[in-house]
This record gives sequence, structure tokens and C-alpha cells, in this order.
Amino acid sequence: MLLSISSTLLFTAFICYLVATLLFGGAVHGKKEQEKRSHLRFSKAAIVVSIIGFTANVGYFVTRWLYTGHAPVSNMFEFTTAFGMCVVGAFLILYALYRVPSLGLIALPVAIIIIAYASMFPREVAPLIPALKSYWLTIHVLTTVIGEAILAISAFSGLIYLLKVIDVSKRSMERFWLEFILYTLVVVIGFVAITSYFNAIGYEASYTYVDKEGESAAITYHTPALIGMHQYDAQTTDAFEPLVEVPAWINAKKLTTVIWSLLAGTVLYGALRILLRRRLAAVLQPFVQKTTLPLLDEISYRSVLIGFPVFTLGALIFAMIWAQEAWSRMWGWDPKEVWALITWLYYAAFLHVRLSRGWEGKRSAWLAVLGFAIIMFNLIAVNLIIAGLHSYAE
Amino acid sequence: MKCDCGHTNPHGAQLCERCGKPLTTELDMRYDGAVIRSKTKKKTLIDKIWALFANVKFGVLLIVLTLIAASLGTILPQVLFVDTSTFASPKEAYTQTYGVFGTIYYTIGFADLYNSWWFQTLVLALAASIVIASIDRGVPLFKALFNQRVTKHDNFLKRQRFTLKVPSEQLTLEEAARVLTTKRYRVRLEDNALLAEKGRFARFGPYINHVGLLIFLSGVMLRLVPGFYVDEELWVREGDTTAIPGAAGYFVENKAFILETYDGERVENAVNSVAKKYETKAVIYKGDTLAGDTANLQELKQASIQVNHPAKFDGYALYQMDYRLDELKTMTFQLTEKKSGKSLGDVTIDLANPQQRYALKNGARVELAGYYPDFDGFDADGAPQTKSPNPNNPAFLFNMYTAETKQGETSFVQIQKTSEPLGETAYKMVFKSADTRDITGLKVRKDVTMPILIVGGIIFMLGVIIGSYMSHRRIWIKQTPEAYLLAAHANKAGYAFKKELADITEKLALPSFDDKREKEGDNDAS
Ligand code: HEM
Repeated sequence: MLLSISSTLLFTAFICYLVATLLFGGAVHGKKEQEKRSHLRFSKAAIVVSIIGFTANVGYFVTRWLYTGHAPVSNMFEFTTAFGMCVVGAFLILYALYRVPSLGLIALPVAIIIIAYASMFPREVAPLIPALKSYWLTIHVLTTVIGEAILAISAFSGLIYLLKVIDVSKRSMERFWLEFILYTLVVVIGFVAITSYFNAIGYEASYTYVDKEGESAAITYHTPALIGMHQYDAQTTDAFEPLVEVPAWINAKKLTTVIWSLLAGTVLYGALRILLRRRLAAVLQPFVQKTTLPLLDEISYRSVLIGFPVFTLGALIFAMIWAQEAWSRMWGWDPKEVWALITWLYYAAFLHVRLSRGWEGKRSAWLAVLGFAIIMFNLIAVNLIIAGLHSYAE
Repeated sequence: MKCDCGHTNPHGAQLCERCGKPLTTELDMRYDGAVIRSKTKKKTLIDKIWALFANVKFGVLLIVLTLIAASLGTILPQVLFVDTSTFASPKEAYTQTYGVFGTIYYTIGFADLYNSWWFQTLVLALAASIVIASIDRGVPLFKALFNQRVTKHDNFLKRQRFTLKVPSEQLTLEEAARVLTTKRYRVRLEDNALLAEKGRFARFGPYINHVGLLIFLSGVMLRLVPGFYVDEELWVREGDTTAIPGAAGYFVENKAFILETYDGERVENAVNSVAKKYETKAVIYKGDTLAGDTANLQELKQASIQVNHPAKFDGYALYQMDYRLDELKTMTFQLTEKKSGKSLGDVTIDLANPQQRYALKNGARVELAGYYPDFDGFDADGAPQTKSPNPNNPAFLFNMYTAETKQGETSFVQIQKTSEPLGETAYKMVFKSADTRDITGLKVRKDVTMPILIVGGIIFMLGVIIGSYMSHRRIWIKQTPEAYLLAAHANKAGYAFKKELADITEKLALPSFDDKREKEGDNDAS
């Protein structure tokens, strides 16, 4: 019962975010003076819908917590959804400070993509392993996620800055990378699309393989296996014959998913380009004209300033307290810890770079976007790829 | 550098010391135009090193290098996390698992990156940079902030981001002071000028956090000094007394090891912890041992060590980490005549401490010619090999002497298998029984640096919070013969400050401040 309420609330939040995105689009499109009142109305409606969505989202979180008895941040689905929720929360905070509707036009779609991405992971409620049953762990994870979400807003503001300042009618490196950022977002949508498709048709193929300890193991793919595991042997009749086989320390199943996502994303991107007859950056540009560059720059810097202490507290200090409690050592150089440290150092560098003249504005905007890439790397790659390389994390 | 007013200023000054007029075209408000050592003194080698480490760009470079180095260490697992016990060497482990890339990774030292001298040097350089940069800028900044003049030079005011000029009749300083006080500014009046200031403390933020960081780093560095930090493992067999590594003069005795398991059903819920509870009944001693003599040890305390319940003594803590069950302790064999099955007596071998010879009745004796605790086959010459000194798979080469076989017979005894390498024998050693014992795996920890780390962490957090969530705001008003000049500066959060300024000018019935940064007119930050 509680679990189904929880899912419904999440779905409600998802729909609200979609609607709010459209409304924010209405609030910033065009530049004409006579549209000002309609813009204001759109902004108001958009923010109201966002708040309703966020409330539903928090409702999902609370009800799931009540149902499972532990904070819903214990697997990829829960953790990533929580991140999506916090992104919206962080956006609301920065909106309250600066009232820039175009920020919503980036933040909400990104939150939507994140939540959609999260829902591709198994949703079942799993009991917690004893090592994860700790009050400090909950505090650590939640604070970290909130910090990362606030830092992410910096990238959104930076992206708007870049969309506004870069001339997309001329060929340049900048134009390429700006388009590349948008392409990566499309690839994530591609991942969601292809995963949903193969889920819907119930695709499944099992293989046995030899793992890196030299022992025989089994694996089930949910997409046709483009890449085969080390010395694979198909167990399902008429299973897809992998094109290549990889050494034991590479997880071919994950690699296959990445390749499928890239394929689907590229096709989707191509279709969009043909349909819109323009680069995605050029499509977005009319939506970002209303805000001034100095304001965007300040939002980008300020959100790092606000997020940095929260991130420090969550990802380093609470993490150390928890590690001290759980493993009796506060720091062990495991890859997750190291990547938290890297992210922290990156944002420290960001703050210092801004002390030099000439590093505000465009350069700073690029750095903010790169910061988000690092956060996403933490979220996705460190959890799925790097941790997988390390046998102790299994 | 000579100012128009006639005063000669030190090289590098941005503001005239006497009249406060900006001397350079660039006015760096971050340090209120103060003279910064690294920017002015560049003659001696020390000046140059100082200037390098004080340079924020260099600081950023160090941070970025540390970051890149740290990320390289995550490409493959660090050697700490790799189970190398099944390989000939750690290098082999990397080669076998990750191929050529693994070999290279190990060879260039990335497998133990965080303990490498160059990584630690990098961190040390970072710390040095923080110290130098903070002194370099902090000292002049605070001098400037604590000795502020109320009356500023006109040009200083005009250079600020927010400026405003109003006719004399539209404002009085008293009125301005009143409004600014309600906005919680501290207001200073002087002749024809006013300075309103709040949140100056925010400027301390970065310096406080750097101090915190340095305290924390010094705690981390102290761990490398012997005596400050111990993190060692030890295995103690039941009944044994062992010196505690890293804690010279301390010994621990394992009286008994107790293991409780979940009954069938509960095991499944516990995922990977099959053991419900395990505990070592231990006694901790202090003293010296001379050649294994444990007689002059003084008992310090008796302790029950359990997971999450370490035994603590004199700043050390012993944690229960692991265990190995049923290690062979003794094995008993019976010297038997093959034909009749007649026994000549038992031989009990203490596997940790086997004797050379064992005397039996009727003059019979058994000599232990070879003992292979972890027997691993024979080498090319046919000599038996042992893999480790642990009695995992003991094998024995016995010479048996009896009244009938005075010259002795040789028997090679393994678990469940006996062979006669030097020909058929009349007697054999028959396995009778074995005694086992458990081994407990403990961890010794000592950490004197913890309080330092905690204090550093707290100071760092306070500094970051002060620096990030507060802003230093100032408003200057100066009466000139024809008008009032107003100027305002905030060290961060400019748009929030702008809103406050709008509020202030509204209350004073003045037009709003001009914002130099607002080059475009379509700003929607209402
Ligand atoms: C990982 C190490 C470091 C951390 C976490 C750190 C942290 C910070 C933070 C949070 C600020 C405030 C930034 C802002 O308000 O925008 C700051 C400012 C500053 N840091 Fe660092 N810092 C580090 C290393 C360094 C290094 C190596 C230098 C040396 C060049 C340095 C020099 C400065 C300076 C000059 C300021 C500005 C002070 C001011 O505004 O008065 N920092 N630092």
C-alpha cells in the first residue's frame, strides 16, 4: 500500500516536472516587451507546478522510507532518484534567490532525465546488508546528494551562459563542445529508451563465462549481447552471438549497455537534427536570452559557494565519521572515497580559479559544466564501473 | 611611486598611503588595494619562491595535480585491496589479472600511489602554498580592513561597482546613517563622510578554513611519525601469547576464541555474515620477553574482544577483525607393527613446536627427520616442499627405531596417506587423533592524531561556512562641495547586495545605484 502510494507520488512528480518545463519555456521564449506580463504569468505557473512536483517527490521519498524502514538511498534506483529530487530542490533554492526562469528550463529537464535514468534500475526493496545499517551512513549520503545537487545548479547556469554567449552560427571548438554537452543528454535519453524497449519485449539471454579468478560464472543480459564476457558460452537458445569477447576484468554486459545507449542516443540525436533542421544549441538559444551574463555568472559561482560547504560536510566529514564507526578507519583510499576527494578538490580549484581576473564568465562556465560531468561520473561510473573493477566492492 | 598629492608610496601600492587615491588603473578590491609582498618583492631567491607559492595560479596547479594523481590511483585497485596471496608477487597479481597494462601500472608505482613519496610531496607543497598564500594576502588585508578610513578619495569611490551621485539637497548624512543602521550596518561618521559596514568577519572565512585545513593536514602528516599512528594486524592462536606489533612491550594472550553462528534460517538474512558473534577472550600483558620467556610479563587486563567492542589499553585498541577455525594443534600417531598390529606407544607432536625425537617403551624411539607444515609436493630432486609455516597440510618424515629394526626405518606420513620412500618397512606410524585450535585475527590501532583531525575539521568547516554564507558589505558616502558621492562594495553575492541597495535608496528617496557590471539592459533579476 505504502509502496504503491510512493510510486504514484514519484510518477506525479515526474509529470509535474514535465509540465513545469513547458511552462518555463513559455516564460522565457521571445524577448519582446509586450510579452512581459504573459512571461510573468508563465513563470508563476511554472514555479507553482515545480513546487507541487517537488512536494510529491518528497512524498515519494518519505513514504518509501516509511515502507522500507531505511532511507531510500541504498541502491542505484533510490540513490539516483534522490539525486534528481535534490536537483529540483536546489533549483528551487536558487530560484528563490535569483528568480531566473531559464534556469528551470535546464534544471527540470535534467532532473527528469535523471529520474528516468534511475527508473531503469531494479526498483525492488532490498533488505540492507548489516554494514550499511548506520545512522551516519544515512546522514552522509543525504548530505552528499544535496551538496552535489546544489553544485549541479552551477553547471546549469554555466550552460545557459554558454548557450547565450557562444555564436552557434560559426564553426568553432566551443560550438562543438556545447553541442556535445547536449548530445550526451540525448544519449542518456537513448539509454532510457533502449532499456525500456528491451524491457517491454522482455528480452533475456543467459551466458556462462570465466571470471577473473578463473572460475565459472553466469550472467543474464537484458539487451542483445554485442560484447561477450570472457570465454562466454550462450545458455539461451538463439541468443545473440556477441561480436567480440573481452578479457575477464571487463564487464561486457555493462559495456554492451553503454554501446546500445550510444547507438540509440545517436540515432535519436540524428532524428532531432533532421526534424529541427538546426543544432540543438541553436534550438535552445532563443530561450536563454532574457537573463544577463553577469547574473548567470554570479548564480554559477554562488551555487558552488553554497554547495561546497554542504558537499564537504557530507562527502568528506560525515563520510569519515561513518567510516571510522563502521570500519574503524576514517579513510581507506577506496575509489569512492577518492572520487569524493577529487570532486571536492575540483570545486576548491574552481573557487580559486575565480580569484584570478579573466577567469569569470565563459571560462568559469565551462569549468562549472565540467564539474557536473565529474559529479555524474561519481554517480554513474564510480558506482557501476570502477567499483565493479574492485573485487572487494562486490 | 609618487602620488599627485606629493606623497611617495612603496612600490606596488594601489592606493596612495596619504590621500587614498588609486595609483593604478586596476583596483583590486579583494585586498582593498593593500600592498602584497609577493607582488612587490621579487629580487632574492626566497622572494621568488615565496611569490611562486603565494601565487593562486600555482596553488590551483597543485590542487589540479593532486586531483589528477588521485584519479590515476583509481584506474586499477590499489595493492592494498588486491589479494596477492595466490600469486608469486604483487607484480604477478597485476600482470595476471590486468595484462600488460597491469604490469606497467604496477611498475610505475601506481599500485601504491597514495603512499608514494611524490604524492606525499605534492600534498606537502599544497600545504606550503596554503600557508604562504594566506600570510601573503591575509596580513595586508586585515591591516587594511582594520585601519579603514571613512573618507575615501573620490577616485576610489568612482572605481567601485556600485556608484551614485546625488545633489546635496537630496540627502543628509544623518538620514543615511539612520536608514543604514536599521539595515544593521555599523556606521561611522567623520567630517563630511560616512562608512557603513557589515559582515567584515566574512573576510576571515578563507583564512580560517585554510588554518583548519593545515591543522588537519598536520594531523595526517603526524601519522607518518612513529608512535602517533599504528594500524597492524596480528593472528593469535588459542593458548598462545604474542607480542603486539606496533606496540612494543605489549603482549596479548588468546585464552579462547568463541564463535556463535546463526541457526539455519537466520543465516540467510544476514547476507554475508554467517557468524552471529565472535569473540576473543584475551589477556593483555606488559613487560619484556627474553628469548620467548613469558614469565616476567605483568598482566594488564583481561578483555573480551568483540566486533565493534575493542579492548582498549594505554592508548591502543585491539579490534576483532577475523578468525580462522580449527587449525591443527597437535597430532598423535601410534607406532605399530604392521604384521601383528601391536602398538609400541603414542607419539604426540606439537605442530607449533615439534621435537627432534620421541622416546617410547622398550627402547623404541621415533625421530622426526623432516617436518613440512604445509606440504606442497616434491621438488625436482624429490625433496618434500612446504608452502608456508602454517600447519595446513602437515607431512612428516619419520625414522622409526625399535628392538627389531635397530638401523631404523623411514616412513613419510601425510594426512590419510603413508609412503615408504626407502623400501618396505615392518613398522608404521598410524594416525590416531588430532587436536585443533582456533586463531583469532586482531587489529591493533592507535591514533593520537584523532583530536587534531577533529579540531582541524571543525575549524575548516566553520571557515568555509563563514566565507561562503556571509558577505562583507560596505557603503561609502562622501559630501563634496557640489554633491554627495555614494559607492558600495560587497565581496560576493553582488545581486543580493544590489537588492539591499535598492531597498536603501528607496527608503532615502534616492535614485538607484549604477551597476558597472550590468552592461546589458534586459536583466530580469527583480
Ligand atoms: C585543497 C586545498 C584548499 C582548499 C579546500 C581551500 C579553500 C578555500 C576556500 C573555500 C576559499 C574561499 C573561496 C571563495 O570565497 O571564493 C579560499 C580562498 C583562498 N584560497 Fe584557498 N583553499 C585551498 C588551497 C589553497 C592554496 C593551495 C592556495 C595558494 C595559492 C590558496 C589560496 C587562497 C586565497 C588567496 C584565497 C582568497 C582569500 C581571500 O579572498 O581573501 N588556497 N580557499
